[in-house]
Amino acid sequence: MARQSGSLRTYVLTRLVLVIPMVWILLTMVFVLMRVAPGDPVTASLGGRLSPADLAARREALGLDRPLLVQYVDYLRDVLTFNFGRTITDNRPIREIIVDNGGATLELSIAALIVAVGIGLPFGLIAGRYRDRVVDVVLRLFGIITYAAPVFFVGLLLQLVVSQRLGLLPSSGQASAIVQATVPTKTHILALDALISGDSYALWDVIKHLILPAVTLGLLVCGVFIRLVRVNVAQTLQGDYIEAARARGIGERKVVVQHAFRNALVPVITVMGLQAALLLGGAVLTENTFNWPGLGSQLIAYLNGRDYAAVQGIITVFALAVVVISLLIDFVNALVDPRVRY
Amino acid sequence: MTRRPTRPTRPTRPSRPNQPGRPTGALLDVRDLRVWYGTARGPVRAVDGVSLELRPGEVLGLVGESGCGKSTLGRALLGLLPGGAAVDGEIRFKDRDLVAMPRKELHALRGPELGLIFQEPMTRLNPLMKISQHFAETLKTHHPALSKSEIRERTVEVLRHVGIPPSRVDNFPHEFSGGMRQRIMIALALVLRPAFVVADEPTTALDVLVEAQILRLLANLRSEFDTSMLLITHNLGIVAETCDRVAVMYAGKIVELGDARDVFAEPKHPYTRELLRSTISLSTTGLHYIPGAPPDLADPPAACRFHPRCPEAMRVCADVNPIEMRLGGDRRVLCWLHGPHDRVPAGGTERLEREAISVADEA
Repeated sequence: MARQSGSLRTYVLTRLVLVIPMVWILLTMVFVLMRVAPGDPVTASLGGRLSPADLAARREALGLDRPLLVQYVDYLRDVLTFNFGRTITDNRPIREIIVDNGGATLELSIAALIVAVGIGLPFGLIAGRYRDRVVDVVLRLFGIITYAAPVFFVGLLLQLVVSQRLGLLPSSGQASAIVQATVPTKTHILALDALISGDSYALWDVIKHLILPAVTLGLLVCGVFIRLVRVNVAQTLQGDYIEAARARGIGERKVVVQHAFRNALVPVITVMGLQAALLLGGAVLTENTFNWPGLGSQLIAYLNGRDYAAVQGIITVFALAVVVISLLIDFVNALVDPRVRY
Repeated sequence: MTRRPTRPTRPTRPSRPNQPGRPTGALLDVRDLRVWYGTARGPVRAVDGVSLELRPGEVLGLVGESGCGKSTLGRALLGLLPGGAAVDGEIRFKDRDLVAMPRKELHALRGPELGLIFQEPMTRLNPLMKISQHFAETLKTHHPALSKSEIRERTVEVLRHVGIPPSRVDNFPHEFSGGMRQRIMIALALVLRPAFVVADEPTTALDVLVEAQILRLLANLRSEFDTSMLLITHNLGIVAETCDRVAVMYAGKIVELGDARDVFAEPKHPYTRELLRSTISLSTTGLHYIPGAPPDLADPPAACRFHPRCPEAMRVCADVNPIEMRLGGDRRVLCWLHGPHDRVPAGGTERLEREAISVADEA
């Protein structure tokens, strides 16, 4: 026992230490990618609107006139101190964008992941357990359709039916204006802030706004889970240790739940993490459909404005988020599967 | 000498009354067991009319080439056949018929009465469960009243029997070698002290030194736990070392059965003889093998299934089903060489010509 916890500790420490080169490589890549684009960013975003002297002043303020190596070291130092500077186009502090819009993105991503897992896991388990029966075919079809249907289509359909026709839920935004104005900002995650404030009306309002985008995004992702879980369950159920458990007279329900389901879910953890990383940056369509103030749509906006300072900051955050998520995946995997620790 | 009726097609059950010479007090009494697998090419008769019996504490070896139905027979005895397999016949275990028994009752017997030891121990333990959890689950399923400490006690005790120290009880499967995992599997099968265990090639996946350990272990356990065992193997050396009696299986049928020493000293069936000649020892200078391959069980040769490969095949072997002969004691053989001679048609004892062999092979 002591040996095992020891090796778990070693494993976690190793992974943590490995994060340092991983982050360094990622940051370097972001830095290099931002510089290989032709032209200089200040001219690209503001050229024609400012005098050459003003442009030069802007460049100097951003440190773009200094040697590349100095800029690189500055960039690394800025990231380490969470100081991303200001956007070129509208002179907003980038940190503010990250914190505010990042909070909205995080809220939507987590909610969508809950929906996806809440639908995908049970459906996948049932489909895998009753492989090739009618339930399986129906659930598989469901998974394919939700995965194939374009997000804006599902989103618009939900808005049309649930918001317009039935009038049950609001069709866009993160909350009503009054709630957004009154709930004190603490975590920058609106749902959490509303919960902390203890204002049940505000909380309900936030949840109501969250449901449609979360369902839209969650449905898209749940197809992946259905198929993955189904295949894993069906495969595990044919496994040697399943037959061995049956040969020992272990009850069928226990065999299915304890041996098949549990073991089938191990690889799902990894995919869940990857999907979470995808959701953080890839929810642009959903964000636009529901007018959700997420980081993805901000990124697109600043990309269009060629605001490299903003883009660099936002991409850096995405990269760091991916690092954190993959670290979490590794930890959870190690906790669940003893073989991972070696 | 008793004569049994020939069985050209499926006989009905009442046509097999108690045969004289059948030992009483058998723990397991299999009568005319048949197992088919449905395939696109028609039914594959993996087990085709097998009868055998096991006494308490006895080890019966089941030998034969790959694909002759050994494993299917072993699984059928525990009701662990895959879906799509059909079973007919009778498996009397402690005076209950396992074939006719409802699935649930049979399921409850697996563990406390019937055990199975597998061929490949590496994948038979759940990788996410500690060894102790495997035992706890098994014990708890069949003895719900056991307390935690009692479960622990019995686990440690049975593992000590197979040479796994108590300090390893809480390890995970991947922390053990193949030989140790097989010992754990044996302990897991024996912790409930079943009366009957099927060991399906328990040492095939292991190296020779570990094989010797496992076999010694199985032999010891028999004396300590008084468990009857059906030891499935294709290694005749293992049978000679560990088994009381041996059944030789070919193409779904038992062609010879008897005391292991007798069978090895004086094989009656040509197949047994060829099998024994094919073993390797230090004095072996050239490899002997049986020409041809085991027959396709979806379309087996007519009459005696071994006749296309048999060095002593006679005309009758290709035409008429052989009749099982009892040669005194427990010895049974399914071969025309041993009679009944009055049932051989005229000219039937003439050697089957080689041409005839190939024709029969192609037919």
